[in-house]
Amino acid sequence: MMIEIISFGFIIVGITFDFFGCLGIIRFPDVYNRLHSSIKCVTLGTCSILLGLFIDKGFSAAGFKALLCIAFLLLTAPVSAHVLSRSAHRSGVKLWEKSACDKYAEEQK
Amino acid sequence: MKNIRYMGGLVLIAAVFALIIFYPLPSLLGWQSLFLKKAFLALLFCGSFCLWRIFKGPTAADRIVALDILGILILGFCAILGIPTGRDWYIDIGIAWALQSFISILALGKYLEGKHFDD
Repeated sequence: MMIEIISFGFIIVGITFDFFGCLGIIRFPDVYNRLHSSIKCVTLGTCSILLGLFIDKGFSAAGFKALLCIAFLLLTAPVSAHVLSRSAHRSGVKLWEKSACDKYAEEQK
Repeated sequence: MKNIRYMGGLVLIAAVFALIIFYPLPSLLGWQSLFLKKAFLALLFCGSFCLWRIFKGPTAADRIVALDILGILILGFCAILGIPTGRDWYIDIGIAWALQSFISILALGKYLEGKHFDD
């Protein structure tokens, strides 16, 4: 009973982070801002849901697979975000007009 | 006009969440199954945001970002489905989906970049 309540608490936290990340995908004005908001979906939202599954299942096959999946996500999410932002900048997507600075374009000169 | 649009969206989102939380679904297997059904519906509602951005996004990079996050939400679906059914292979589907999504995002990023394939 106590273990179920703790794991469902982790699932509620994960769904909250997923919801606010997806709200950022709709509301933010720019590709880079949307990417900044939406990567929180990966590392805090879905990893928290998987941690809830690990707490519910204990040290069984599904629990270890959930831990493996958390490790894989924590390794690959920053890589995919970096690749996406770099390729968007190189393919000529403009920044928002109120953005403060663009260090990558200054570095390219 | 802009404020009216903001308030309309806020009221719509609050109404959908209130409907998800307070709608009396049948719960045959106890309150755990009911909670997981409602969690699944909330994640499905978050996925509709990503579908809207894929439909409407002004550039290709927006669509790729929304597709990435949709894959991550499907991993969350698989994790939530794995709890009440007690089957192990839902999380296997999730791991395979995450791997495939990562490789496809790398390939789409290099495709979007265009010119220099070798650096």
